[in-house]
Amino acid sequence: MAGEKSVAFVAERQIPPSPPPVKTGGALGWARDNLFSGVFNTVATLLSLAFVAYILAMVVPWLFLDSVWNASSLQGCREVDDGACLAVINERFLQFVFGFYPEELRWRPILAFVLLFVAIWPALFSSAPRKLLIFSALYPLLAYWLIWGGSLWGPVGAVVGLAIGWACIRFLPPLVRGRLDEGLAFLAAVGAGILATALWWLFCVTAFEDALGAVLAIGLEPVESARLGGFLLSTIIGVSGIAGSLPIGIVLALGRQSNLILIKAVCVGFIEFIRGVPLITLLFVAWLLLSYFLPPGTEFDLILRVVIMVTAFASAYMAEVIRGGLAGLPRGQYEAADSLGLDYWKSMRLIILPQALKISIPGIVNTFIGLFKDTTLVIIIGLLDPVGLLQPIRADQNWNGIVWELYGFIALFFFIFCFAMSRYSMYLERNLDVGHR
Amino acid sequence: MRLKTTLVAAAAAAAFSVGAHGATLDDVKAKGFIQCGVSTGLAGFAFTDSDGNWDGFDVVFCRATAAAVFGDPNAIKFTPTTGKTRFTALASGEIDVLYRNTTWTLSRDVDLKFSFLGVNYYDGQGFMIRKDMGVSSASELDGATVCIQTGTTTELNLADFFRANNMSYEPVPIETNAEAQQKYLANACDVYTTDASGLAATRATFENPADHIILPEIISKEPLGPLVRHGDNAWGDIVRWVLNALIIAEEKGITAANVDSMASADTKDPEIKRLLGVEGNYGEMLGLSSDWAVHAIKTGGNYGEIFEKHIGENTAIGLARGLNQLWTKGGILYAPPFR
Repeated sequence: MAGEKSVAFVAERQIPPSPPPVKTGGALGWARDNLFSGVFNTVATLLSLAFVAYILAMVVPWLFLDSVWNASSLQGCREVDDGACLAVINERFLQFVFGFYPEELRWRPILAFVLLFVAIWPALFSSAPRKLLIFSALYPLLAYWLIWGGSLWGPVGAVVGLAIGWACIRFLPPLVRGRLDEGLAFLAAVGAGILATALWWLFCVTAFEDALGAVLAIGLEPVESARLGGFLLSTIIGVSGIAGSLPIGIVLALGRQSNLILIKAVCVGFIEFIRGVPLITLLFVAWLLLSYFLPPGTEFDLILRVVIMVTAFASAYMAEVIRGGLAGLPRGQYEAADSLGLDYWKSMRLIILPQALKISIPGIVNTFIGLFKDTTLVIIIGLLDPVGLLQPIRADQNWNGIVWELYGFIALFFFIFCFAMSRYSMYLERNLDVGHR
Repeated sequence: MRLKTTLVAAAAAAAFSVGAHGATLDDVKAKGFIQCGVSTGLAGFAFTDSDGNWDGFDVVFCRATAAAVFGDPNAIKFTPTTGKTRFTALASGEIDVLYRNTTWTLSRDVDLKFSFLGVNYYDGQGFMIRKDMGVSSASELDGATVCIQTGTTTELNLADFFRANNMSYEPVPIETNAEAQQKYLANACDVYTTDASGLAATRATFENPADHIILPEIISKEPLGPLVRHGDNAWGDIVRWVLNALIIAEEKGITAANVDSMASADTKDPEIKRLLGVEGNYGEMLGLSSDWAVHAIKTGGNYGEIFEKHIGENTAIGLARGLNQLWTKGGILYAPPFR
């Protein structure tokens, strides 16, 4: 037993881990590390805290404690309490959302808005069922029909036109196989398809609409553009601009890199012209000058004109963002695609664009956010978007003199939309981040 | 600059196309409603209520015109126009008539090729200042900082006034009335100058209106009224005589409430009979029904009623009639005889 005595201490079990010292762990440790790690940081932290407290001390009582939700005028608000007069938002909330959209028909834009999420779901998340993409493709016409109303057969006629064009492209080349070079046949089919669609839209849609309308009248009560306003209007312009500018921008960016001189010249000309002109000028053109160029008596909806201009404007910027992505790819990727024997469209679709779009995501989302905020410029041409609604609301004797509450409310709306887009782009970047860095 | 170029180009294009819009009255009758250009929002003059309907002093005149033509004050569509777009909107035919407190000036009448059809509000530029500054006359304003809306006639009037009185001032340029309110209340300028009606409306929204005074001097003439395109005489006559009819109605004591009984009862006054279509064929001359004036007056009452409801002394705007009183009561509101 002598051996045993020579050992002073034997650990028979592991010592349980003890909690870290208070100074380095937990909230206190985190604060020490991040907020008070030196003289400069400590001073900066204290100053910032004081500033935040100062702001909150002003805002919280104003916005929450002393705010007035129920009053019929600014004077009424002031009699109750001296905080924010949120009664104006309470009273005009629906006007901010829908503009002057008829009250009993407001379920239509709401339904369109809900369906919007169904439509963009497959575009945003790869986990969504792929078949939904068909719905996404039909959604623009459905939304148009829901919001503006009118006969169902108008949008259906538009779809039929697209179907005719698609059928030309799909079934014409096999007919001429052997007699024509394959590429040439494809080009000819595309040309024929576009021509057929355009002819259908120009000359046959109205007759189609009238004929089917006479047989079976399905329609919604029409709502004129002048009644659209508020967030509904910003969302219509913003969403259609965003949805339209990405595909058009991709086509323009590819066209700009094309070896075909005509296609390249058209794309460069379009991009440079649109980028060289301020959006406000384009909106003025849409509003006033177009009525000089169009044949007299043409009814061309103002909002539609604005949407086209905004989309064209965003597409030009988008094309340059995507061109940056294309240029950012190593030359080897293009050569690899060629060496696999892929034709142009396949190499673009399978190899080049997925990578190019991925590295352009921040730029693309930047353009989207910029476009969405630019929708407020329509106020210049007298459309009543949320900012445009401010003036007539403030001109009401009851609410004249209110500033912060209304602007703050609109800022909140835009912040929610833009912040959501920004968070989604971050999610997308994380998800697509395979193998780099 | 680009914006200006665009506007000039648009106006030039408009000038060439005026002939194409000659027969507005026929167009209006064919489409079944009037397109009226109003302000995008000016306290008391044009605003939207909580149901989204346009209302206000200028708006009621527009509605009365629609009522005169169609017998229905709602046969009308409003196009909100800004100070920058109002003239191009009218010139391009986007709107049929502009009722947007627009000052009648020579260059607008002649150079821009519009016809002004009368005056529905006589305004003038004034000054607002804090009471505790101890200023009681505009001649004491030497060296003041002045908030002034850029690109308006008021800016030019201000420069003229100070130069004529050998005084100096420091301008604080602002874009909108809302911005001016904030700047003025934050003491960024001593004085705010704009049309007196605008000053009164602005002051009414302050928490303590009594702390501010509007100086007695009015330094410019701002006759505000409706306008149509040059060469649009048949249509212009209608707009002009609806305005005159509402003024005559006040003169003769015809109100929204008693117009029906006046039209049916046997009134002695021959001018009332002519106005309300009991006698003569004045409606026919204008291309309207004989009871057009009855419909116009029923829309919002006579001139005085419209004034009192939207901008008068019992409203938040609180404007006195002043120059806009009838000529028989010390003002200069004077309509040509209805015969």
